[in-house]
Amino acid sequence: MAEKPRTLLEKIWDDHVVASDLGAPAILAIDLHLVHEVTSPQAFTGLRERGMKVRKPGQTVATADHSIPTLDPSIPIADELARKQLAQIEENCREFGIPFHGKGSPTRGIVHVIGPELGLTQPGMTIVCGDSHTATHGAFGALAFGIGTSEIEMVLATQTLLQRKPKTFKVEVSGRLQPGVGAKDIILALIARIGIGGGTGHVIEYTGDAIRALSMEERMTVCNMSIEGGARAGLIAPDETTFAYLKGRQFAPRGAAWDAAVTRWRKLPSDAGATYDRTIVIDGDKLEPMVTYGTNPGMGVPVTGRIPALADVEPGARDDLERALAYMGLEAGSSIAGRKLDVVFIGSCTNGRIEDMRAAASVLRGRKVAAGLRVLVVPGSQQVKKQAESEGLDEVFRSAGAEWRESGCSMCIAMNGDQLEPGEYGISTSNRNFQGRQGKGGRTFLASPLTAAASAVTGVVTDPRTMAATAAGPATKTSAVEVH
Amino acid sequence: MPEPFVKVTSAVISIPRANIDTDQICPARFLKITDKDGLADALFFDWRFTPDGARRVPPSFIDEPHNAGRQILIVGDNFGAGSSREHAPWALRAWGIRAIFSTSFADIFSGNALKNALLPVVVSAGRLAALQALIATNPDGRWTVDLEAQKVTLPDGDSFGFEIDPFARTMILAGTDEIGYVRSKLPAIEAWEAGHPARVDTRAGAAAR
Repeated sequence: MAEKPRTLLEKIWDDHVVASDLGAPAILAIDLHLVHEVTSPQAFTGLRERGMKVRKPGQTVATADHSIPTLDPSIPIADELARKQLAQIEENCREFGIPFHGKGSPTRGIVHVIGPELGLTQPGMTIVCGDSHTATHGAFGALAFGIGTSEIEMVLATQTLLQRKPKTFKVEVSGRLQPGVGAKDIILALIARIGIGGGTGHVIEYTGDAIRALSMEERMTVCNMSIEGGARAGLIAPDETTFAYLKGRQFAPRGAAWDAAVTRWRKLPSDAGATYDRTIVIDGDKLEPMVTYGTNPGMGVPVTGRIPALADVEPGARDDLERALAYMGLEAGSSIAGRKLDVVFIGSCTNGRIEDMRAAASVLRGRKVAAGLRVLVVPGSQQVKKQAESEGLDEVFRSAGAEWRESGCSMCIAMNGDQLEPGEYGISTSNRNFQGRQGKGGRTFLASPLTAAASAVTGVVTDPRTMAATAAGPATKTSAVEVH
Repeated sequence: MPEPFVKVTSAVISIPRANIDTDQICPARFLKITDKDGLADALFFDWRFTPDGARRVPPSFIDEPHNAGRQILIVGDNFGAGSSREHAPWALRAWGIRAIFSTSFADIFSGNALKNALLPVVVSAGRLAALQALIATNPDGRWTVDLEAQKVTLPDGDSFGFEIDPFARTMILAGTDEIGYVRSKLPAIEAWEAGHPARVDTRAGAAAR
């Protein structure tokens, strides 16, 4: 008898269920556990109190990204709490035998940037981390999701998690993206459509021609923000683009093991006829660069558009909109383009990879940032930093008047001293515009690296399509290819 | 080991806002701790204090004098969106909150709350509106949320049932730890692992570097 067609999610799920008692959640085996300094200390304390060891240190890896300064690493860390937290992760990793890519390591970086670049993130895996943007790794066709500290302790102790099977949600992005429109615009448009709770209880699988045409780094940008639509994970089926990215990376399989892995990975994509609990289609041809105007990532409009008027939204959403606009100091019904900025932030696990650096540099090359504007460019990892410097991108940013920093989460979460001041407006390539997210009282516009870089030049929210790249033709996709 | 939890009876704090994210519940700068101390003070901090640190006038919801000591919270749709920080339910619990009513909770928040015996009580939009109307007419009425009976009893004696993950319910009622349960399945885990070699060895690269 023919097997029932299964989705990518169902295949990974079925492959990892260890046991499933009646009425209890499944015990799901975890292939890779990523750890950082902020959400793990209490889990290690719990392990110590139980007198337990980390069950699989070889399937665990740690770094320091959230509270680490992005200034010259020779400067002592001024924040005592951050210093203590960073010392704690180092100590915990030493005690429990976990490989640590910490301060001074050439492989340190944002946890969701280093996993893929080291080749640790592979198709078909289950990957967890005490961080909601773990969804990023779904770009490889891995089931990857954020967990809390109790769950971190569970994974450290057992290398498994108790999980209920999520529902499936297919998001098809059809057609071809227009020049100047990229991965960030896809995901901001999706969240604007479904809302920040729209994917709750579901894992999104992104399909369609516009998704297939994305590079791995662009796919990571899309999957990264699945959580901003309420979905705990996002998935993209592995294909030749995935394999080409992984081949030769430090932890990727080699030789015969590589061939066997690729054979296995080719069986992962959803079967023809597989059904999803929910499906929507987005017309990729019609997407425009997106910018958020409000205080959650679902409050976004095309850069050519207007902030909604109260009458444009459902009666139940008007309170939310009024409160958001009051916080943002913006007027309902007015244009988003042309809004004055104080700060530009280019970086984060959403847009801190080398292609993002190249995209921003393609706009800033030979230009200057607007007078009075503070522009921070923060690579997602030390490897991204090194690569960017080998291409001279650091010089492009510095010449334009931007700051070029060490890697880290930086102003995305504002835990390390990089932050907006109360009332300041920032355009940011990060993932959250919640009140105070980038510093108390700070006001965030989320956008793509191209939009942020174009806005850095003008000092106001700017449509990147109005600004041609200076070196190599018009700024097109967020991809590096055109910029070389 | 958590203590067993069965029910709570309390008047209710109402925050009629949708999409309250974890950056509001516990701002990120309070995540630099390495223990769980002091989080009650961090709860809804930026709603309660101006950027200069002054308490807001009028006081924000949980600082309103009549809300002191209340253990039940009722909020708008989609509570707990955003970050996976368990500091959010830790802060709510540290403040004294034991049950939260909403039409929906973000997935990670909901899981984290249950692991801390903080009950996410999901009600329909119609029920939520009725409960908010009830608070408007009877702001100091005490409700009982009974986990064992899966029942909410209102001040006028009306009651209704609620759904909660049956496994989480069992764990919370018994004060049992999930790690103990999973450890009891170690033979099954080891059997699975015998048939599924580790996909990566994170220690292998150390020698190559």
